Amino acid sequence: MTTAETNTRVSSWRLLLGNPVTVVSGAILAVIVIVALTANWIAPYGINDVNVPDALQGPSGAHWFGTDELGRDVFSRVLVATQASLRVAVISVVFAVVVGVTVGVVSGYRGGWLDTIFMRVVDVMFAFPVLLLALAVVAILGPGMTTTILAIGIVYTPIFARVARASTLSVRVEPYVSVSRSMGTGHLYILSRHIVPNIAGPLVVQTSLSLAFAILSEALLSFLGLGIQPPQPSLGRMIFDSQGFVTMAWWMAVFPGAAIFVTVLAFNLLGDGLRDVLDPKQRTMIEARRKQ
Amino acid sequence: MTRLVTHPIARFLARRLAYSAVVLFGVLIVVFALVHLVPGDPVRIALGTRYSPQAYEALRSASGLDKPIIQQFFSYIGSALTGDLGVSFRNGDPVTVILLERLPATVSLAVVGILIAMLIALPAGIWSALHEGRASDAIIRVASQFGVSVPDFWMGILLIALFATTLGWLPTSGYQPLLDNPGGWLRHIVLPALTVGLVAGAIMTRYVRSAVLEVASMGYVRTARSKGLSPRVVTFRHTVRNALIPVLTITGIQLATILGGVIVVEVVFAWPGLGRLVYNAVATRDYPVIQGAVLLIAALFLLINLIVDALYAVVDPRIRLS
Repeated sequence: MTTAETNTRVSSWRLLLGNPVTVVSGAILAVIVIVALTANWIAPYGINDVNVPDALQGPSGAHWFGTDELGRDVFSRVLVATQASLRVAVISVVFAVVVGVTVGVVSGYRGGWLDTIFMRVVDVMFAFPVLLLALAVVAILGPGMTTTILAIGIVYTPIFARVARASTLSVRVEPYVSVSRSMGTGHLYILSRHIVPNIAGPLVVQTSLSLAFAILSEALLSFLGLGIQPPQPSLGRMIFDSQGFVTMAWWMAVFPGAAIFVTVLAFNLLGDGLRDVLDPKQRTMIEARRKQ
Repeated sequence: MTRLVTHPIARFLARRLAYSAVVLFGVLIVVFALVHLVPGDPVRIALGTRYSPQAYEALRSASGLDKPIIQQFFSYIGSALTGDLGVSFRNGDPVTVILLERLPATVSLAVVGILIAMLIALPAGIWSALHEGRASDAIIRVASQFGVSVPDFWMGILLIALFATTLGWLPTSGYQPLLDNPGGWLRHIVLPALTVGLVAGAIMTRYVRSAVLEVASMGYVRTARSKGLSPRVVTFRHTVRNALIPVLTITGIQLATILGGVIVVEVVFAWPGLGRLVYNAVATRDYPVIQGAVLLIAALFLLINLIVDALYAVVDPRIRLS
């Protein structure tokens, strides 16, 4: 690693850590991730421990987030559901990053007819509103967790393809790439050593924002009964089930919703902070095509 | 005639129209493929476990699924372009009729929602940009970030709990057609439109803010200021007016997104629009209805983008000349 490279990295870190919003949102996310990873151990009750005499109890020392209509502990269910939600979001975004970046980088680097075909496919995918495309995937494969992951992954793939392609196009014409090519360096080496590291900034930003929207999309599909299926708890389904009880047991709706809101907000704020440091010019397309 | 074709706006629009036609063709392929990608037999899945062989054969031949796939493709494209989207697996009604029945509810929700969003986003975004770095800017930015992050269905449920169930000011759900009962329509549309509008308003506020900031840094704004124009004139005539051009685009995109994205809000508020139709169709595996609704929404999406591009070319000469 050269000195200049080290300096850029150090100053990026300093900029990131100098922004209180980014630091706080990063810290909140760290707590959420740790809690989600350890949910099965720290949950005070079993997620499906039915205890009808204790049904619809408000928040208390014994049940921090109260109990639902079957007397199940809402806090324990929120913890385990957050874990499932993060798992779906992470796997689907990793899918979108791997497929989207591969398509975008190859398209931008190679150009020609392959680029034309890839980008027309991406255009067609952009013609569908996000949720509609996800619903179409569910309609084909049937509801469930795997389908949800695939649906969200497919929906976010074109966004990564466009971001990766746009960045590749600007990096491809940099002098160091043409010098490297004139020295007879192979394409794979140029792609992995010059292109991908230099387009990482916008992709990191996009990843953070996509995780936020992937969590919202999962909650939404589960709310509609098309995502994670019972008896596995999901935040979206808990909100759906709370509808009949919302005036007498507000906690059934408020806590699962707050869990989604805080996680999504943290990813969004982190993404904003990262963008200020890594990618000031990039306007994110993702916001414009937000889930709804 | 020649002058019309060589006119920059006409050339620009012709290019955009050709592009939209290509994308629409791609959309048609995807929509056609949808029913063929279903693992197993879609007719059998749609009929469930109990059905007679006659019902199965009747539905299969009515939907054309018994013909060779190439023939199915061309007949699907041909019928779709003439407005025939097949019949529902559930009740045999023509899909086009079902869609047209549902369209007004969704359009009215989207239009009122986008109006609420603009009422929020224009003042908030402009104020925020003109007071960049001050406390009010920070508050608006945080508030918009909150709005972007809140799950809309959750907000809808909380709004129902507060304004309908607890306070009793508004109905919990349902729909009244505007022309039959304007008062009832208004009372029913307030909460769902607010849910849609608050989220879209939060997103748009961020765009309005950055559009105004971008224009404010332009040379002509500095020139206007240095030649002694009053701050008011510079702000409204030079900055805000030009910032409205990119805002137009994002408003169009938001409107299109709402049209295709109100599914969950329609479900929460029992709003009889396209979104709830798609949801019910997915739940009951009514493939022709899913195909038709997806096609209609994607086509509307393309149409709105085309209109926005056309308006853009009219108001911003740089676009059509580039």
